[in-house]
Parts: sequence; structure tokens; C-alpha cells
Amino acid sequence: MSEIFGVPVQALMGQLMLGLVNGSFYAMLSLGLAVIFGMLNIINFAHGALYMMGAMFAWMGLNYFGIGYWWSLLLAPLGVGLVGILIERSMLRWLYKLDHLYGLLLTFGLALIIEGLFRDQYGVSGQPYSIPEELTGAFNLGFMFLPKYRAWVILASLTVCFATWYVIEKTPLGAYLRAATENPQLTQAFGINVPLMVMLTYGFGVALAGFAGVLAAPALQVSPLMGSNLIIVVFAVVVIGGMGSILGSIVTGLGLGIVEGLTKVFYPEASATVVFVIMAIVLLLRPAGLFGREK
Amino acid sequence: MNGVAEYLRVTDLHAFYGESHILHGMDFRVNRGECVTLLGRNGAGRTTTLKAILGLTGRRTGSVMLNGREVISWPAHRIAHLGVGYCPEERGIYASLSAEENLMLPPQVASGGMAVDEIYAMFPNLGERRKSQGSRLSGGEQQMLAMARILRTGAQLLLLDEISEGLAPVIVQKLGEVIRRLKEKGFTIILVEQNFRFAAPLADRMYIVEHGRIAAEIGKDEVEQKQTLLNEYLGV
Repeated sequence: MSEIFGVPVQALMGQLMLGLVNGSFYAMLSLGLAVIFGMLNIINFAHGALYMMGAMFAWMGLNYFGIGYWWSLLLAPLGVGLVGILIERSMLRWLYKLDHLYGLLLTFGLALIIEGLFRDQYGVSGQPYSIPEELTGAFNLGFMFLPKYRAWVILASLTVCFATWYVIEKTPLGAYLRAATENPQLTQAFGINVPLMVMLTYGFGVALAGFAGVLAAPALQVSPLMGSNLIIVVFAVVVIGGMGSILGSIVTGLGLGIVEGLTKVFYPEASATVVFVIMAIVLLLRPAGLFGREK
Repeated sequence: MNGVAEYLRVTDLHAFYGESHILHGMDFRVNRGECVTLLGRNGAGRTTTLKAILGLTGRRTGSVMLNGREVISWPAHRIAHLGVGYCPEERGIYASLSAEENLMLPPQVASGGMAVDEIYAMFPNLGERRKSQGSRLSGGEQQMLAMARILRTGAQLLLLDEISEGLAPVIVQKLGEVIRRLKEKGFTIILVEQNFRFAAPLADRMYIVEHGRIAAEIGKDEVEQKQTLLNEYLGV
């Protein structure tokens, strides 16, 4: 069997794929955080809990209503988006003019409450959610086996991320969004309903988290704790990429997933900390993040 | 369009930013097709007057009648749809949008806006730089763009804040020509200006603003006889 730096190609590729899968989740979640931060000026600490909610909705849908994976992929993000809109209307909108810290504290509290509610109902052990039939099995690529579900997660995430980037950067709707992010007052004076856009942006941002949650359900176990396990790494990703940069959050998310995967191959002991080491270095050298702009 | 001659009537308008009380009972009116100038020193409340009309200040009281409708309690995004275009003092060109995206951004608020070709004919530079990022435009180009983008929307009342400020004399002259052409086209214009020599030949009437209220009104033909008054208020 062939080797690279003394590591079998199979193992290397396997970890690389796993890294890309993790990176896909980082990318979707940090993209949502970036969009929300740009528009609402709020660091959405509830993002992990809403990601978990997406997975739980998929699980509940299947077990209580017999709603399958594909419908869940559509309905669970919609549900999470609606919950987000409710949160925005009832709580967040009072905080926009205050310091970031208040939004962070409120959403952190919300994260604890949401997580607590699900823990109370379902405990902390994971619930199994099986891979849809169409995506079981693996592709034989010759040099490795690629599980179909992993390929699907990467493909779906890249599609969603790219579509989001395209809408924001290349369409008239995106121009409204960028304008409202840059100068909300003037944008509103032109006759654009900025408060409505803010509400929908939050809804969309958390729906992305919900979508990621459904994608994660068959890949990981569905558990009330799955969000808090992931969100810390995602925040490190956001800090490295630079808060508020759309493309930056996508690229950094995928890149760090790969870095993590490779670290697992070459120096497994560091795989859990490598992201944070990179974060520390980036903060020292480029405090605004790799893609961020200094204010 | 309805037959009301008066496009805008502001009555006893007070406006606040947080605790500070900026406007202390502004009273003035602007007729359809008129060009009116608000003159005054820095901090007199002229910019705040425009913002208060648009609903961009904090709390406001009094009355703003736009096109026959009371808008004092309306949110800003609805007021624009009564046909109001706003060109802010800092020009407000979005750095993250291209020149063309900036031009196309403000939604249509009424029928009869200028066609994009017509706008590029009026401001040829903008056509050449349509793909440039907003932040890359020169000061003059930014000012032209800030004007151009509200002409596209069909707005009939233009609120123009210090458009001649900080620009080279050639460009100021060009802007003067643009204003004259807009008057011929029947636009109603409120000019906030410090530059008396720029505003005087364009304005049908002038209001002098001081301490957040109207201190004097001067008609076009009264400028010479009220020169001492003007000097007193403006130090020109």
C-alpha cells in the first residue's frame, strides 16, 4: 500500500474527507453567524442550540409524525427560522443600539434555555437517526472508499454556502442587504424596509444552522448537547476568518476542517486544540481575522 | 399627482437626538416645483431638519405634511414612497457596492423617474465608472452618484444636503447646471447650503435657520435689500 510521509493513503484520505465534512458544518454555521453579525450587530451565541434544534426537529418529525429525511431537510430549517424570527421580534430588536456584549449575553442565555428544555425532555444520551436509504453505502474511488452520506454532506453544504454567497454578492436583493448592513439609516430613507430585512436575515441565518443540524443528524448522534460541543470551535473559526466576512467564513470553515483532519493523522494529540492555536496566532498577527477588515 | 400647490409644510417641528433638543419649532413650506434653500451656520439644525422630515431623527413632534399627508409618525421607509429623494451631507455612497449597484439601489418610489441612459448622459463620468467600487470614486464622482441615484426613483421632492461642500469649483459649477435642469424638469428641491454664492442664484426663496428654528425668510428679489440681514446671520 502506498504511503505519504509514512501514513497510508487510505487513512490520510479518510481523515481528509472527515475533515471536509466537519469543515462543511463549520462553514454553514460560521456563515450564518457572519450574516447575522453583519446585519444585526449581534454575536449569536444561540447558534449552536438552534443547530441542535434543527437536528432534534428532524428526529422528532421522524419519530412522532413519520416525516422522512428529505422533507425534514426542508421543514426543520423553516421551523428553526420561524423560532429565530420569534426571538428577533420579541427580544433581539431591543438590543441593536447597545454594545455587542448585551446581544451575546442574551443569546447565551437563550442557548442555555433551549438546550435545557431539550435535555429535560430527551436526556443527554444521543438518539439514533439513520441515513436515508438513497445515501447508504459508499463509492469506491480506487484509492479509498467514500461513504455516500459524507459526499452528500459536503456537496449540500458547498451548494448552500455558494448560493448564499452568490445571492449576497451578486443580486439586487444582496445589494439591499449589503447596503442595509453598511448604512441602515440611509437605506431606510431610500424606502427599503430595513427592520423587515433584519428580521428575515436573522431567520435565514438560524435556518442555515437548522439545515446544518438536519445534515448532521445521520452523521452524528442527535443529542441536546451536540450544539454546545460544536459552537466553541465555530466561534474560533469565525474569529480566524474575521467576523462579518461572507466568503471568509466559508473558506475558513472548510480550511480549518481539513487542518483538523490532517492533524488527526499526523499528531492526533493536538487535533482538538489545533484550531485554537491557530486562533491565538491569528489574533496576535491579524486581530481582525484573515478576511476581516480593520474598523 | 394631485393639485395641491404645496408639496411640503412643516409646522412647529421639534426633533431630538436622545436627550438633546435640536429643532425648536421649525415652520416653513415648499411649493411644488420650487427650489428653496435652508441657509445657516453649522449646527443651526438644517441637516436635522431634513432628517426629521425623513423620519431619521429620534423623537419628533409637530407636523410634517407631505403631498397632503401627515407623516410625523411614519417610519422612514414609508416616507420615501411619497416621492422623496435624499442626498445626505456625507454623500452616503456605499463602499461595499459598485457605482452601478449604488445607482440601482434605491427602489422606485413613483413613476416618471429618469431612465438610466438619461442619467448617464447627464453624468458621463458615472457611466465610465459603473463597475468601480463605491469607495474608489473621487469626491466629485461620489457627489454626482449620490444625486443621480435619487433621480432614477421617480422622487419629485429632492432633499439635498451640502452638495457643493468640499468640491472643486468646476464640479460645483456642474452641479449648479444640474440643479437648473432639474428645476426646468419640474422637480421640487430643498437645498441645505453654507455656500451662499452657490445657492443664491438657484433658489426661489431662502430660509435662514438659527437655533433650530426659522429666523428669516428671504425672497429671490429681496436679496439685495436684505443684504445686511444676511451678513448678520451668515457672516458672508
